[in-house]
Amino acid sequence: MSFPLLTATAVLPAAGAILTAAVPAARRTAAKWLALLFSLGTLVLAAVVLVRFEPNGDRYQLTESHTWIKDFGVHYELGVDGIGVALIALTALLIPFVIVAGWKDADPLETKDNKRWRPTQGFFALILMVEAMVIISFEATDVFLFYIFFEAMLIPMYFLIGGFGDRAHSGTDEAAATQRSYAAVKFLLYNLVGGLIMLAAVIGLYTVTGTFSLSEIAELRANGGLEMSTNVERLLFLGFFFAFAVKAPLWPLHTWLPNAMGEATAPVAVLITAVVDKVGTFAMLRFCLQLFPEASKWATPAILVLALISIVYGALLAVGQRDIKRLVAYASISHFGFIILGIFAMTSQGQSGATLYMVNHGISTAALMLVAGFLISRRGSRLIADYGGVQKVAPVLAGTFLIGGLATLSLPGLAPFVSEFLVLVGVFAAYPVVGIIATSGIVLAALYVLVLYQRTMTGPVKAEVSGMKDLKARELTVVVPLIVLLIGLGVFPKPLTDIVNPAVTHTMHDVNKQDPKPEVEAAK
Amino acid sequence: MENLIALLVAAPLLGAAVLLCGGRRLDRIGHWLGTVLAAGSFLIGAVLFVDMIGKGADDRALHQKLFSWVPVESFQADIAFQLDQLSMTFVLLITGVGTLIHVYSIGYMEHDERRRRFFGYLNLFLAAMLLLVLADNYLLLYFGWEGVGLASYLLIGFWQHKPSAATAAKKAFLVNRVGDIGLSIAIMLMFTTFGTFAFGPVLEATGDTGEGKLTAIGLMLLLAACGKSAQVPLQSWLGDAMEGPTPVSALIHAATMVTAGVYLIVRSGAIFDAAPTAQLVVTVVGAVTLLFGAIVGCAKDDIKKALAGSTMSQIGYMILAAGLGPIGYAFAIMHLVTHGFFKAGLFLGAGSVMHGMNDEVDMRKYGGLRKYMPVTFITFGLGYLALIGFPGLSGFFSKDKIIEAAFAAGGTQGWILGAATLLGAGLTAFYMTRVMLMTFFGEKRWQPDADGNEPHPHESPSSMTIPMIVLAFGSVFAGGFFGIGDRFVNWLEPVTKFEHPHPPISIPVITGATIAVLLLGVAAAYLQYGRKPIPVVAPRGSLLTRAARRDLLQDDFNHVVLVRGGEHLTRSLVYLDHKGVDGVVNGTAAAVGGLSGRLRKLQNGYARSYAVSMFGGTAILIAATLLMRAV
Amino acid sequence: MNPVNYLYLASLLFTIGAAGVLIRRNAIVVFMCVELMLNACNLALVTFSRMHGNLDGQIIAFFTMVVAAAEVVVGLAIIVSLFRSRHSASVDDASLMKL
Repeated sequence: MSFPLLTATAVLPAAGAILTAAVPAARRTAAKWLALLFSLGTLVLAAVVLVRFEPNGDRYQLTESHTWIKDFGVHYELGVDGIGVALIALTALLIPFVIVAGWKDADPLETKDNKRWRPTQGFFALILMVEAMVIISFEATDVFLFYIFFEAMLIPMYFLIGGFGDRAHSGTDEAAATQRSYAAVKFLLYNLVGGLIMLAAVIGLYTVTGTFSLSEIAELRANGGLEMSTNVERLLFLGFFFAFAVKAPLWPLHTWLPNAMGEATAPVAVLITAVVDKVGTFAMLRFCLQLFPEASKWATPAILVLALISIVYGALLAVGQRDIKRLVAYASISHFGFIILGIFAMTSQGQSGATLYMVNHGISTAALMLVAGFLISRRGSRLIADYGGVQKVAPVLAGTFLIGGLATLSLPGLAPFVSEFLVLVGVFAAYPVVGIIATSGIVLAALYVLVLYQRTMTGPVKAEVSGMKDLKARELTVVVPLIVLLIGLGVFPKPLTDIVNPAVTHTMHDVNKQDPKPEVEAAK
Repeated sequence: MENLIALLVAAPLLGAAVLLCGGRRLDRIGHWLGTVLAAGSFLIGAVLFVDMIGKGADDRALHQKLFSWVPVESFQADIAFQLDQLSMTFVLLITGVGTLIHVYSIGYMEHDERRRRFFGYLNLFLAAMLLLVLADNYLLLYFGWEGVGLASYLLIGFWQHKPSAATAAKKAFLVNRVGDIGLSIAIMLMFTTFGTFAFGPVLEATGDTGEGKLTAIGLMLLLAACGKSAQVPLQSWLGDAMEGPTPVSALIHAATMVTAGVYLIVRSGAIFDAAPTAQLVVTVVGAVTLLFGAIVGCAKDDIKKALAGSTMSQIGYMILAAGLGPIGYAFAIMHLVTHGFFKAGLFLGAGSVMHGMNDEVDMRKYGGLRKYMPVTFITFGLGYLALIGFPGLSGFFSKDKIIEAAFAAGGTQGWILGAATLLGAGLTAFYMTRVMLMTFFGEKRWQPDADGNEPHPHESPSSMTIPMIVLAFGSVFAGGFFGIGDRFVNWLEPVTKFEHPHPPISIPVITGATIAVLLLGVAAAYLQYGRKPIPVVAPRGSLLTRAARRDLLQDDFNHVVLVRGGEHLTRSLVYLDHKGVDGVVNGTAAAVGGLSGRLRKLQNGYARSYAVSMFGGTAILIAATLLMRAV
Repeated sequence: MNPVNYLYLASLLFTIGAAGVLIRRNAIVVFMCVELMLNACNLALVTFSRMHGNLDGQIIAFFTMVVAAAEVVVGLAIIVSLFRSRHSASVDDASLMKL
């Protein structure tokens, strides 16, 4: 038996989480380095996965399969396709940056009289725990296994949001604590409700198919041994989709995200939107389309409309925000609209674009949000109106913030452009009107990014801002690699598309769809 | 040879990267580095040009593929360059004028502590603009298109501490984004129609599809061109863009970037040729803009804004010519090149004036400057004569051809377009004479400012005057060189095709009419601004003047409809999201909480009441069982 | 004698017992009422046993008596300790289960 590489990729951060949690609170620096070490180790393993993966080989590779609960047809089945590999790489890549960016976010609070104790090591242990669960969600090819970790990752996220909030707050400490716990509970309940509905659908799937394993279900379907009436398929699809739409989040199930991202520290906000939420969109591709192809096609019109609303609505609300982090949150809602649009356009360009979008959005939001976090930690306020003229005193900070913003508005040359344009082309090829409306999102994106930049960075220097320091070495080590990646993947995304394209071909085959032929060719 | 093409883009790109990432260490040599790399790019362009004219007319085009950019199934975009006569013309214009303006900026930006960054942005602009004109497919063109938009954004807002500059930069980017929607949709339409968006295959396949699709593509391309080239209805950003440093206005907002729309239309000529409706719209947009810009230019007291109105108007000429099809493409590009010379020269002259006048831009506070800055006066004057189309100078050759072609459009359309171009020529003569008279003639009108600093007008340093002199040469001779013997037309003919225009009235008559209108414009301006002193405070003016001063109310319209409307929309949506969507969620939570609060009261702790419920429950169960049995 | 009459008696006793449990507050009385209900059940069981002609009911009645005896022991002990700590045998005073 070969080395269980995929298990190792998920177990390593989990082990790191346990070890980090065991470090005494007094030795918090050791805990930080330990967590960083384990996240880097995971990155190495993810790189090995990336190298060992053959883009044009079998659909699922590096598979591992063990029977887990025989009576219920539950298997411990892991395997990755190109989409999974790309997202595992993204996760493993972002976590070290999240850890370094949050290096000081969980230190004890220095108040006038005393230091308030805080479980610093817990912060890093929880981050690693989330990483482990997200990675195994990307690897699971058994519905039940996926479900367990899909739900379980709520627990560490809950503590990260509720236990380690952003210190920059306009109200009193008490008000801040109330808002924080509100955000954490809202996050938990929202996702739990989605998860429970999915659980019902998971059980329903079992009663119909008698197994949880994707490969066995695919075999059944290929043999024609799958008896699933149209109505049952639709109901099960809706059950799965609801959970993923909450996680993604899709309008109108989005309202937990701005609260959660606003109240959490910037690195945790990155964790939410760049990593955890991707499980939702990933699962749409992996489970909704693969398990319920007909129902997916049946629901497509409604989902496209909701995604369009997300795009426009998220962008418009981002324009109206007064809080930097909430602005980024609404921008993310708009971007998730694009991802879902690409997935359900059911064209190669749309789905490849959506997968690239997941990766690129992860990187671009991380860049923007982490720099925003550095900015906020300097001034102690999240309100846009409290800033002005930062560009004059901290040009590097402003420059990196602008690049993050330009990536968010999908400027060509930066990675998100490639994915956004692919999504738009893919949608346009199948649904021209939807494509045209979605294209208007590019103006709104420019609006919220540039307004944010103008209000915070340009203009006369505000008195409170005048003493602001520019980015430090630790912060630069976070931002520079992200920017290099954004430019690199923007100019040369081919390595990524080579991995993703074959997987998308499989998905297209699942839903039995073909790309629309160009008019000229079709006429011939 | 084709391997050199990538170097054209790479040189300024390298400059931008080094200058922007290099930090303060490069402050002392940064501007030289930027200038050298721009000049290097020009040299490579010149080498390629010499190589190109050595070949036969039909195999001059070069092609270089670097690597595959975005490959997804049938969607294949490459990073690949194409250098033909049209691209070559732009390469020489961009790098040539670009290098001159780099040199000029060394003097102009001397006292700015962020000069290194300014040169970094200028190099970034050159790289993006070269990418735009060298791309061999529309997606790569889009890359360059947005790249120049970014450079323009950074340079307009270069003095970011001024809120007006930051706002102008944002406005320019946003308006351009509206145009970008057009370019995006055009590319998507090409992809769904032809399965590709590379220039060659698309432009060859136009015959395979219906006119409807081509019209749609053409109109979307026009929308893009309107955004980038400040044509009605997306013209409003150009005036505000003058907040940027003057070399930027000269390079980006006069000579090169704003003409990208003309390039786009000429490049896509085959599409427009097969879509007459789209062509008609193009000519209408051009005609409206050329009058719009000219009227605005007549009323502005800010020297740069008057020149910006003129730029808008001249690009209107080019767009109009491009809309005429094969009879106009070459003339559009020819006017574009000559305009690049004289308008850049005029802006540099304006910058030189401002340099000597403590950055004062109000022409009402100039006057009689010809004595103080003779070089500026002469070069500016030559640019002025070229722009108004004085016989023998550049503008005369290029603009006259466009007027002829407009008349040759045929039928009523031809007469209307011809009249518009003629009227535009008269207005051009009027507003440029006005600028000339207010700036260089008459009495001095400047006064000490609030701090008591009186401007001491003086001639600019040689790093600034030399580029102006070079451009003045171009303004004088380029038109004749290109126009006589149809040299320029023959050069472009393999790319753009060419048909001789046949206007309904003879060409000498049109030329005569043009000269007459021109003299009329000059005379009118002289009567109003040359013979009587100019008030320092602008008179109230007629309704039209007041409207023209406010850019014909375009900003007021935008403000009321888009800005206010948008603010209300976002505010109400924020409210709705909080009260509506989130309200439902919180309402559900509150309902569950309230319900459990009620239910809690049942648990009163009295054993007897629990016993009652147990008895009651049992009784109900038994009764139900019995009833079920009975039924 | 018709055995059904015994059933009527049993249900009457059960009702009296149930009403006592629900209405009375004194723990001792409640306790006695519970015993009354148990005995009503015993009576019904024995009657059914007689009616159906097998011994099952009588055997269950013995079980009930044993349980009742054990219950008396535990229950009285609880009541006594409750009285000691609260100086009252009222069941309503002991509403500690209230949230």
